[in-house]
Amino acid sequence: MIAHAIFFYTFSIIAVVSAIMVTASKNTVHSVFFLILDFISISCLFIMIGAEFLGMIMLIVYVGAVAVLFLFVVMMLNVAQQKNQWFAGQQSSRHIPVGLIISTLIFFEIIIVIGGWKYKPEIFDINNSISQASISNTHSLGQILYTDYIHVFQISGMILLVAMIGAIVLTFRQRSGVKRQSYIKQISRERAEGVEVLEVQSNKGVKLDD
Amino acid sequence: MIDIGLGHYLTLGAVIFSIGVIGIFLNRKNIIVILMSIELILLAVNINLVAFSIYLGDLAGQVFTLFILTVAAAEAAIGLAIIVVYFRNSGTIRVEEIDKLKG
Repeated sequence: MIAHAIFFYTFSIIAVVSAIMVTASKNTVHSVFFLILDFISISCLFIMIGAEFLGMIMLIVYVGAVAVLFLFVVMMLNVAQQKNQWFAGQQSSRHIPVGLIISTLIFFEIIIVIGGWKYKPEIFDINNSISQASISNTHSLGQILYTDYIHVFQISGMILLVAMIGAIVLTFRQRSGVKRQSYIKQISRERAEGVEVLEVQSNKGVKLDD
Repeated sequence: MIDIGLGHYLTLGAVIFSIGVIGIFLNRKNIIVILMSIELILLAVNINLVAFSIYLGDLAGQVFTLFILTVAAAEAAIGLAIIVVYFRNSGTIRVEEIDKLKG
């Protein structure tokens, strides 16, 4: 129990501090690295409370794909030099009190809801119980993911497909002056336009036109 | 304090959610940081879902976390593609200077 508390506080303090640093750091590359640290500590929390499959998936998807995508775009757009000061402009200072008020309101609303939250275990209709201790988290997740939630699973696959096609269509651009292979031209070549058979007479040679 | 329960995880989720909202409002310079704040908000929602799933003993929360992960990845890819296209067309991604829609 004490080990649980120690690990929870360690990882959650790291997560909160790095979340603050994501929004506050001056350099965009540093914010991406703090985002990665945040994801890693939250996935450690997930593994700790028993959702180990989701923790690993968080590491793969967020750290391996999303954060690297962010890093790639930050470096490609060369915005690292463009400093990220929030209190600099005169215009921007109007937004700061509004943002602070709204976010503290949201925070206290959530805290009030959590504080007054009581539940009876009987009122929840538990279909997908994880109480079976014999099978692992991944096993039980797979058992309901591919049976009860198969349609949602396939729809999420379609979302990924649409996102992939959308990203390609958005960032694709045709450049002029680039030599490309044209398959249809290569395939539709006939023998007559490629090869010519000549009868070569002795001491005369062949006259080629070009 | 020592006995870690559901409330601790929900509080952590609330804190990270609020930091994400603050990040959206306070950051007026760089739109990539705004996208990162949106990722933080989705992360807070994931923490809540997983904590409820573990403490109520119902796996549906973890399944939905998986789908939120999918949607977050798709959203990041599309958002970054839009930012790249915008940077290519107008040469800036500073939030103050993105006013083409006159909003």
